[in-house]
Amino acid sequence: MSATDRLGTSEGAQEMASRSATGADELDREGGVLRMPEGPVLDPGDLIVEVVEDETMIINMGPQHPSTHGVLRLMIELDGETVLRTKPVIGYLHTGMEKTGEELTYLQGCTNVTRMDYLAPLFNECVFSMAVEQLLEIEVPPRATWTRMLLCELNRVSSHLVFMATNGMDVGAVSMMIYGFREREMILAFFEKCSGLRLNHDYIRPGGVAADLPDGWRDDVLAICDYIPGRLDQYDTLLTGQPIFHERTQGVGVITPEQALALSATGPILRSTGLAWDLRRDLPYQYYEQLEFDVIVGTYGDTFDRYAVRLNEMRESIRIIRQIVDLMPPGNYRVQDKKVTPPPRRRINESMEALIHHFKLFTEGFRVPEGEVYVSIESPRGELGCYLVSDGSARPYRMHIRDPSFANLQSLPTMMRGGFIADAVAVISSVDPVMGGVDR
Amino acid sequence: MTADAPVDGDAPAPEPQPELLHGALVSRWRGQVIAHPTRDAYVQVMKGLRDSGFDLCSDLCGVDYLTHPGRPLPGGVEPGRFEVVVNVVSTTQRRRVRVRVQVPGDDARVGSLFAVYPGSEAMEREAFDLLGIRFEGHPDLTRILMPEDWEGHPLRKDYPVGRVPVQFKAAAATR
Repeated sequence: MSATDRLGTSEGAQEMASRSATGADELDREGGVLRMPEGPVLDPGDLIVEVVEDETMIINMGPQHPSTHGVLRLMIELDGETVLRTKPVIGYLHTGMEKTGEELTYLQGCTNVTRMDYLAPLFNECVFSMAVEQLLEIEVPPRATWTRMLLCELNRVSSHLVFMATNGMDVGAVSMMIYGFREREMILAFFEKCSGLRLNHDYIRPGGVAADLPDGWRDDVLAICDYIPGRLDQYDTLLTGQPIFHERTQGVGVITPEQALALSATGPILRSTGLAWDLRRDLPYQYYEQLEFDVIVGTYGDTFDRYAVRLNEMRESIRIIRQIVDLMPPGNYRVQDKKVTPPPRRRINESMEALIHHFKLFTEGFRVPEGEVYVSIESPRGELGCYLVSDGSARPYRMHIRDPSFANLQSLPTMMRGGFIADAVAVISSVDPVMGGVDR
Repeated sequence: MTADAPVDGDAPAPEPQPELLHGALVSRWRGQVIAHPTRDAYVQVMKGLRDSGFDLCSDLCGVDYLTHPGRPLPGGVEPGRFEVVVNVVSTTQRRRVRVRVQVPGDDARVGSLFAVYPGSEAMEREAFDLLGIRFEGHPDLTRILMPEDWEGHPLRKDYPVGRVPVQFKAAAATR
């Protein structure tokens, strides 16, 4: 099947319409979103099946469905096997982490945010730390920033590997599940060496990182860089060139760049539509300006493109990691600011003041000047932002995390509209929502 | 250094023309651009921002300033109990603007951005759910994270947080 006729597109105007042309009216007219309270469905009177007009039916998928990646529930209105409208229902994993964050000091805050998007914990820590540092107006040493970038890029690979695994399994390639997790384990082993934990590291902290990179980190990272690309080529053989995989994914769950922008989708979803928007390149933070990498874009905005964008992003990440390994400078791994950084361990043994200082930092915390700041970085799923308000005390007054999965879920009804119910699983999987991040 | 540093009243310095963005006061802090529209002009300002290239609404959240009313705001902006904070990005001009709207506590309602940025829908539902700010014109303003029948809005500062009192029992004297 050639590329054009799988979507039946004419070679029309290649330029995007203006953003204001894609308003709520158009999206609502297109349908897609089921506007119906969740409440009445829970009534035993009209459980599950509700005939709206004539032949349509509303079914609930999840929250305990194995392919909804956690506890996502979808209310789907069906006409036969065709999906008409969808409503994502979330909140089953809501634990009030934003409220908890107001009760924790800035040093404790990282242990909280790292549990949000649990497949990309280092990004959560990184964005929170960057927001705190911006409020404090401190500059972290170059080695700390490069270390953060190194670990974040590794985390991006490990997160996309989980996507490869689950996406493969959702469309029927069960062996992918094992392969993806096998490769990811190698990266997690390196994280364990650095931080002591496989997940929820609390490694990146305001002021730098918790510890210097372990001895022999260079060999470990280069071993990962040598090993993963070969595996990615195997995925190409297993999935990318596979006719069955094509049938399941190409032309399924299409979204246009205008719709994706209007629905606040970012990350691979937005890029798969052909719009090259990557915060690492477009609003550079840390030292990404000094690195050479490509922003991967798709063309059709379908499930296959979202898969291909992520696959190639891993290759770009490996390319970035190799550059970081070469550029890693010596120096401090955390800022030498006594207000933020606890004294070194051996000073505590010999100095009473150092002990008091250490105790004060970890019980009372450090005070952060009054103000509010929004910082965002490019996580594997899109724009990850942290809005932090400080009232001058040692705890954030308000901590809000803009999680990409939460915003990306809004484009799901548009993607699913008009498709088959059997494709729903492939589409959900291609959005790659992490419910820990969605519900926070 | 805040953008709203008080101007010395005695010095006959030329009145600096306040910077405006689509009719909204603009302040800058730590290199970030912040617009402060009034509640009535809010949706209109957002529409102006969208039409001038800010095509992506990246974030919307609410803040309850109940216990911290004296935060710095540029002159002329009346502080309200709540604040709705919107972050918009321009993918063509590669810049970011933050919009802060003051919402009074006794009448916590503000226009919905749904018609301007459809992607703000879930975020407005979240702000409604957690802070009780009503967005007028929102197509489906229901709870999104908390259970349907939950009472109260947890991110409000006067929301009682359940606590288990710690009891320090007097230890039996050993000697």
